[in-house]
Amino acid sequence: MNFSATLAVALRALRVNALRSGLTMLGIIIGVAAVITMVAVGAGAQDRVDAQIQSLGSNLIIVFNGAGHSRRARLGAGTALSLTEADTRAIANEVPGIEVAAPTVRRTTQLVVGNLNWSASIQGTTPDYLVARDWDIDSGRNMSEQDVRSTAKVVLLGQTVVDNLFLNADPLGASIRIKKVPFTVIGVLAKKGQNSFGQDQDDIAIIPISTAKKRVIGTTARSRPGSVSSIIIKVRDADDMFAAEDGINALLRQRHNIRPGQPDDFGVRNLSELMATRAESNRVLSILLAAVASVSLLVGGIGIMNIMFVSVTERTREIGLRMAVGARPRDILWQFLVEAVTLSLIGGLIGIALGLFGAGAIARLAEWPMLVQPSSLVIAFVFAGAVGIFFGYYPARKAARLNPIDALRYE
Amino acid sequence: MTGVLIETQGLGRDYQLGETTVRALRDVDLKIARGEFVAVMGPSGSGKSTFMNLIGCLDRPTAGRYFLEGADISQLGRDALANIRNEKVGFVFQTFSLLPRTSALDNVAMPVLYGGKSGREGRKKALETLEAVGLSDRASHHPAQLSGGQQQRVAIARALVNDPVLILADEPTGALDTRTGLEIMALFQELNRQGITVVVVTHDPDIARHAKRIVGFRDGRVLSDEAVANRADARTELAALADAAAREAAQ
Repeated sequence: MNFSATLAVALRALRVNALRSGLTMLGIIIGVAAVITMVAVGAGAQDRVDAQIQSLGSNLIIVFNGAGHSRRARLGAGTALSLTEADTRAIANEVPGIEVAAPTVRRTTQLVVGNLNWSASIQGTTPDYLVARDWDIDSGRNMSEQDVRSTAKVVLLGQTVVDNLFLNADPLGASIRIKKVPFTVIGVLAKKGQNSFGQDQDDIAIIPISTAKKRVIGTTARSRPGSVSSIIIKVRDADDMFAAEDGINALLRQRHNIRPGQPDDFGVRNLSELMATRAESNRVLSILLAAVASVSLLVGGIGIMNIMFVSVTERTREIGLRMAVGARPRDILWQFLVEAVTLSLIGGLIGIALGLFGAGAIARLAEWPMLVQPSSLVIAFVFAGAVGIFFGYYPARKAARLNPIDALRYE
Repeated sequence: MTGVLIETQGLGRDYQLGETTVRALRDVDLKIARGEFVAVMGPSGSGKSTFMNLIGCLDRPTAGRYFLEGADISQLGRDALANIRNEKVGFVFQTFSLLPRTSALDNVAMPVLYGGKSGREGRKKALETLEAVGLSDRASHHPAQLSGGQQQRVAIARALVNDPVLILADEPTGALDTRTGLEIMALFQELNRQGITVVVVTHDPDIARHAKRIVGFRDGRVLSDEAVANRADARTELAALADAAAREAAQ
């Protein structure tokens, strides 16, 4: 019997027991829908992490001050004032593979425009900072080296600051007061969104580091000439991240005269690595969910096997008759196998539809990121078919091995 | 197309029922020529059904040999036997054995499809055969929508659709009333006149009288084998029945 005739027989058999076929498919439907939804959730989370890595800037290394001490009390990370602008220049010039290194000093303070005011993080740095962070400028321009040298009172604003201080007005060229000092807005930064810790990266004002020390940071120790709170470094090639990290470590230990065996007075963080760890844990989670979903597929497959056994028993006389008119054992095997696979594939298609619907619903209602990859649909469909073959084979073989005489006489 | 169609030499079939061996058939030497119409008779347990299963290639003998059209097929495998059933043998059963919820046309086309032909060819051949048994107007009916006699005709069409050399009927009139049974026998006689060899298994002597030859079985052996002296013609009997019914109605 050719394939289309076999398929027609299988479809008729499934239609005759429509309710039973539907219930049998349910296991596969739920399994496939769960796989699709879970993989979409996992991929969505992965995608969000990727986007966060992108927003932070790729190939980023941050160097910050180590723990300082007052007499014999140790004061915690970032309190030592060991890093300097000279260190920054040395890193940029001497460590191989470094694209840019930007020194930063930070302080959160009040910004005032007219009768509006807003508290934001003020970042004192150099033009290289935006390069390191892969940060684009929406309008206006970046600060220049000249601005840094001349302690120019210029500022670049993040979107959140613009939204809060300028409402609908154009901020470019406007005057903004930081600690009562008037600054000119020279640029507006592109929106970056939240970072992986939920901080709003757009709630920022960037000014030249020289100006920040002189006008904003005030008379604390931080304003000491040359000292910086952290250095943001962009490595040219992702493969060179670890080498660069080692190079920075070695260079700074040498520059700070730290003898072998003595602790560093600075810390180095490779942020891509941090994000990769998070991505990995996300991936493990989605694999776990997919594993749970495949258990459902397995149960669905056992359901198919069960119903196929019932079907073979019910239709023993039919099998006997088919054999009497010339069906070979392999024809009977095919017929029941095609029936089982048809069940599982239809179940797979419905499951895919339901899974897409479920993923869409979760994405909308829970505002959870979703990413449906076409490959996951194909894999789910193929997997459903494989379940049908695997669990349909044994009942089909049982049917094919029936003795025609016994089958014809079966009551 | 004359000559020996079926020849058995010392044909035997044992069944193993637990510890005991049941000798359902032993030492059957029988020849059936092309164009014969044979009735196989005997009480239940006489071996007539076992004999029919063997010559219908549904079963394999445990002793002796069986030649169909001169070829020894006693030891063929399952696939080869299936092909022979498909091409050379047509079965008719007491309970019709039609597929439920399946049209007469699809029921009749089934053997054609198992012969590896396309669905279109199967439907074409099935329609021709249904026409030959006088049921072309019922092609799309399901078995439940047909009378017993019509169902048996569909079953006969299914047996005929691959142009077999042998029709094997197991109690074909057992589930039918006398009149419908006669109609079926008339159909078999007509097919036999066209040259098809017919073997009917029955325990009803009135049915057996329509054959040309009666083979009697008892305890797994051939007990008697003789030609029918006063062969009944089912068409004449049907006409007589109709006359009687007409006279009854007239009175």
